[in-house]
Amino acid sequence: MSGELPFTNEDVAEIVRILDATPYDRLDVRIGRFTLKVARSGTGWSQELELSDTASAAPALVPEGTSIVPEAAADDRTSPIRPPLPGTFYRAPQPGAPPFVEVGDRVGPDTVIAIIETMKLMTSVSAGCSGIIEAIIVPNATLVDSETVLMRVRPDVA
Amino acid sequence: MIRRLFIANRGEIAWRIIRTARRLGMTTILGVSEADRASLPAALADETAIIGPAPSAASYLSIDRVIAAAVAARADAIHPGYGFLSENADFARAAVEAGIIFVGPDVSSLEAMGDKLKARQIAIEIGLPVVPGGEAEDKVAARDRAAITGYPLLLKAVAGGGGRGMKRVDSADQLDRQIDLAMAEARAAFGDPRIYVERYIGRGRHVEVQVLGDGNHAIHLGTRDCSIQRRYQKLVEEAPAFGIPEQPLRALTDAAVRLARHLRYRGAGTVEFLVDAETFDFYFLEMNARIQVEHPVTEAITGIDLIEQQLLIADGQALGLTQARVDFEGHAIEVRINAEDWQRDFRPSPGRVKRASWPAGPGMRVDSHIERGGEVPPFYDSLIGKLIVAGKTRAEAVTRLGHALDSLEIDGIQTTAGLHRRILADPRFIRGEVDTRFFEGLAHG
Repeated sequence: MSGELPFTNEDVAEIVRILDATPYDRLDVRIGRFTLKVARSGTGWSQELELSDTASAAPALVPEGTSIVPEAAADDRTSPIRPPLPGTFYRAPQPGAPPFVEVGDRVGPDTVIAIIETMKLMTSVSAGCSGIIEAIIVPNATLVDSETVLMRVRPDVA
Repeated sequence: MIRRLFIANRGEIAWRIIRTARRLGMTTILGVSEADRASLPAALADETAIIGPAPSAASYLSIDRVIAAAVAARADAIHPGYGFLSENADFARAAVEAGIIFVGPDVSSLEAMGDKLKARQIAIEIGLPVVPGGEAEDKVAARDRAAITGYPLLLKAVAGGGGRGMKRVDSADQLDRQIDLAMAEARAAFGDPRIYVERYIGRGRHVEVQVLGDGNHAIHLGTRDCSIQRRYQKLVEEAPAFGIPEQPLRALTDAAVRLARHLRYRGAGTVEFLVDAETFDFYFLEMNARIQVEHPVTEAITGIDLIEQQLLIADGQALGLTQARVDFEGHAIEVRINAEDWQRDFRPSPGRVKRASWPAGPGMRVDSHIERGGEVPPFYDSLIGKLIVAGKTRAEAVTRLGHALDSLEIDGIQTTAGLHRRILADPRFIRGEVDTRFFEGLAHG
């Protein structure tokens, strides 16, 4: 690990104070893996920190045991339900509770069929149309993106 | 003597704790999830320990894994930061049983304040005014409570603060759906789905008091106004709370210190109040038994490093400060920069940050864990950094905030920077006319 402790807020303020009295527009300071770039920005100054050799250590953002499920084959007679944003798909309001819906359940446009957790925020997913749940495609607690089809509804015939 | 400090958190607060701990000569060990291995705090820490996979439930919220990692790292102390396990009495107890100092209050204080109902009872016992309300274990109980408090009302998580699991309900027909969401959020954030029903007070200000105690003595480090919130998530925080007359302000700080003394509180804590924006009557809301996100504004006006105070007190030292020696100077404002698309209903915006150019210069402080090229994972909260400005007066701080926001450029993800420019342009903000409904009155783009 680093062993270096770069650039406190006081350091940055001091660098700005010094540079401000010079004609220079920019200063790059490198300590270990950290590079600080201080530059003029409009009437003031900006700072940007960069960390070297991060690429090799880039984390896998999809944890083990979960996967982003690709879109299932479209079916003309059913409507897909997609989440409003990426996140973790949950079928029930809480662990151990009964799922919001099961295959064969009748839903209306505002029926909550799932919740999506993104950045600790829960967003409810509505069916979007009236009909019968035909298929539940994604397993519970799966990381999904906003293109993922979670479930399919067979809409009521008008 | 704390020599090896385990940090059981992530993000900007991990970065913040490492800085002070290193200055004090401690070796820092950061517990990271798989998703945070390449984060800036991980690079800054002396050592890192993988505590589990990306989802918080199996990493940052897992008492067993965090304690096991701290034991394996031969840590003397654990700093829990805020959120996650920071107010979890079982976690504090597990640390103590493992022979590790918990950097926070005693288990008894965590139990008293962590449960909103106990906290409220204690507040009533020592004569602090409270808002009408009570606990609800399930939907039926919540409906009964709602019938008593009336609408609009607030649903809150019994187990935690920070606005998680908090929902405003305006009418009975919304109640069931909001209870589901509130309970789910409470469970996800704190591992405890219980909620609390409380009457909603319209024209209020959120004012809080920073306290410090060593078990024998307790003092306050002044007030903060955190009224500008959206869905109970703070957006802007200022110190001191401005425009409150001397007498009610003193009553407020006295009440906070009285609570801290009653608890024989050890460490840093925040006592939150709802203050009527017109009459300055105040009601005790809760006490957060941990460091808070907005602690830098207090540091800016007092010159006191709150993380240092936490570490010294945890190490068994007596409070080195007395009330008379705490001086307040100037005004400070913090804005939270979140990875959210504020123009699309604050939709979370995780992803890779292509550019992270923050303002720099005198009177400006940046606490951020996101560097150029850094990743904002979808698993955790959306805070990517805090911008803190200070000035001799509020007006000077407001002007400086304008310059600072002009120099702020984050590319690659959506952020709330634009929202803060909008808030800054609002005449109510410039005049200091803030209350908890400020955000509702903001001209949206």
